[in-house]
Amino acid sequence: MAKVIMTADDSASVRQMVSFTLKQGGYEVVEAVDGKDALQKLAGLKVDMLITDLNMPNLDGIGLIKGARALVSCKFIPIIMLTTESQDSRKQEGKAAGATGWIVKPFKPEQLMAVVKKVLG
Amino acid sequence: MIDAHRQAFKEEAYELLSELESSLLELEERPDDADLIGRVFRAMHTIKGSGSMFGFDDIAKFTHEVETTFDMVRNGKLQVTTTLVNLTLSARDQIKSMLDDADGAGGGDQAASGRIIAGLRALTASVAPVSAPALVQPVQDQAGVSVTYRIRFAPASDTFSCGSNPLNLLAELRDLGTCTVVAQTEALPALEEMEPELCYVCWEVILTTDQGLNAIRDVFIFVEDDCELKIDLVARHDGSSSQEGYKKLGEILLERGDISAEEMKEVLAQQKRFGELAVTHGVTTENKVESALAEQRHVQAVRQEKQNAEVGNSIRVPAERLDVLVNLVGELVTVQARLSQTAAGRADAELAAIAEEVERLTGELRDSALNIRMLPIGSTFSKFKRLVRDLSCELGKEIEMTTDGAETELDKTVIEKLNDPLVHLIRNSIDHGVELPEVRVAAGKPRFGTVHLSAVHSGDSVLITIKDDGAGLDKEAIRAKAIERGIITAAAELSEKELFALIFAPGFSTAKKVSSVSGRGVGMDVVKRAIDQLRGTIEIASVHGEGTRIMVRIPLTLAIIESLLVRIGRDFFMLPLSLVDECVELTREDVARAHGHNLASVRDHLVPYIPLRERFLIKGEHPDIEQIVITEVNGARVGFVVDQVIGEHQTVIKSLGRAYRNVEGISGATILGDGSVALILDVPKLVQSVEAEAA
Repeated sequence: MAKVIMTADDSASVRQMVSFTLKQGGYEVVEAVDGKDALQKLAGLKVDMLITDLNMPNLDGIGLIKGARALVSCKFIPIIMLTTESQDSRKQEGKAAGATGWIVKPFKPEQLMAVVKKVLG
Repeated sequence: MIDAHRQAFKEEAYELLSELESSLLELEERPDDADLIGRVFRAMHTIKGSGSMFGFDDIAKFTHEVETTFDMVRNGKLQVTTTLVNLTLSARDQIKSMLDDADGAGGGDQAASGRIIAGLRALTASVAPVSAPALVQPVQDQAGVSVTYRIRFAPASDTFSCGSNPLNLLAELRDLGTCTVVAQTEALPALEEMEPELCYVCWEVILTTDQGLNAIRDVFIFVEDDCELKIDLVARHDGSSSQEGYKKLGEILLERGDISAEEMKEVLAQQKRFGELAVTHGVTTENKVESALAEQRHVQAVRQEKQNAEVGNSIRVPAERLDVLVNLVGELVTVQARLSQTAAGRADAELAAIAEEVERLTGELRDSALNIRMLPIGSTFSKFKRLVRDLSCELGKEIEMTTDGAETELDKTVIEKLNDPLVHLIRNSIDHGVELPEVRVAAGKPRFGTVHLSAVHSGDSVLITIKDDGAGLDKEAIRAKAIERGIITAAAELSEKELFALIFAPGFSTAKKVSSVSGRGVGMDVVKRAIDQLRGTIEIASVHGEGTRIMVRIPLTLAIIESLLVRIGRDFFMLPLSLVDECVELTREDVARAHGHNLASVRDHLVPYIPLRERFLIKGEHPDIEQIVITEVNGARVGFVVDQVIGEHQTVIKSLGRAYRNVEGISGATILGDGSVALILDVPKLVQSVEAEAA
């Protein structure tokens, strides 16, 4: 059965690109428009991995990571955050909140797939 | 869709580049202006970032280097100097040309990029390196060279709750090269005390990879801040360390810090297997010893493989010493042959056995002595690549050179002597063979011409082929020129092979115009002579309009010759076997039928022959049935009449010495088993001088 990955991003174009790439890689994708939307969806859904932006309205990425880790279903899943290079402190914050790794923006589909393969095995 | 993004990026990048230029020029005047430095940095950053997002990988990679440098300037770690500004300006031009270039996906001039990056790195290298997390010992990171690392990886105990799976990382390491993984499970508590969500295991990985240290670090990128990671260089497999023996187990444990030097000495004082001892003494655990043993085995295995794979380390020895060795071996072979013959003549079983043994050993000794002088032809090939590049530029042609069989080995002397003729042949291919790009396109060929150079072993010789896909030889033009130059008569009927062979005649040139490259008509006969001197043969095959193939066949070594031993009266002669086609009988009736002409009819073809008895003024009577050894020289068949064909003979060549250097038709001599001398015939020379006398 295909693994399910959630992408949380307020930018529709990034969401679309991530979603498209993952589907091409044979994954099932659930989209969320911000942290709050993501947490709500995660409550009733088992996903294998979460890819989240850090800057989002309503609930930001850090909040989402913390919230997800508190859910039993998401305790051990890989969580990847999308950062930019200038956000090194945010990266540390994300790791402290429980993120597995990160992808630096801008990134290309291949880089995304490489990271997904790396953490999902 | 993607193209629209790419186009937008290009426009943005051009704008940024022109802004960058003015910023840089201003920066030269005001080198401390932080605002300007920031502007340069941001421009580079944007070009890099967006470039990578839209598939301009080379631009992104290249710009990253410049950005890194300016990051240091921005942080006050590097001063703005004229050198830096110059380099950055040329970097800017380079990015522009990369953008201009096709879709930007082509890398532009890689060499220029390399130069600029090297320049920038030289600048940044002079500054103390940025304090990177000192997780790793400063081992040289050279991707490409096979290196064995010892990786100690202890993930944080809460690693699972960060969503990472150490097994995935180990799998990634396995993909990098040959990998031995030993798990260290000592920290595992008793089951009732175990916290299932924590990670208690750490791993020791011995990895041999040519991907470089950075590739290993990349594996751990997400966890390196939270885990214990130590990467040590254990061995390099570039030959530099292969002189060393394998590390002893104790040394490995000591180096790993698992035991101390004192502990090791203490244990060594007893004479048991070190591993067992170290464990029974309680200085380390079985598990650690097992891991160290795994490392030892791993390195041994990798080294072994490496040594099997390559010819190995070399000792430089002056070539003269090898010549002396080969000469001595030659003498030995001669003496051995006498011994064998003497032994065969006596009914002494013991002597025969000894002679046989000596014969076997001498043969092996001869082969290995000759082998020492063998070198791969590849070094010569790489020189030709440059030649092709330069010449095609000069002539306005677009030519690609491909090679094959660079590893083919040939005697050192042969390789050296082969250089000039090959240069000439390649020049000819480029100059006369491959057409100008427009001509090629008009003829429906690809714009790029190809010159293919290959070398391959075939029996006792090496076949070197130079093939081009150019215009090919024009048979009619060759014929007309040969008639004009008086090389053949207008009535001469020649086979294609013979016609092509005319190119090698002295003073022949078909080029309509003399260029600086070739075409003075002194070329091909010189080539021919050089190949003859190497006892080689040269042949041409060509299809008009499609290309030419020149095949040069060269014996592996000059020191030994495969020959056909023949007898005339009481004298022995040898003909190089590579030239011999066949042997046929010549009876008195045949001679009578030829009416005084030296012609024999072989399967309805007339073959001219040279009666060697007359040629060498050997006294005595002809036997009733003589033998003709038919050779092929310059595409034509010529026979040599001898009394008796004795058989094939492999022999070491001796030169005749200075006193006989002007003797024509004899290229050397050898000593036969019974001590008598056999002269080696210079077949092409003999044919030439007979032809010259007849003309």
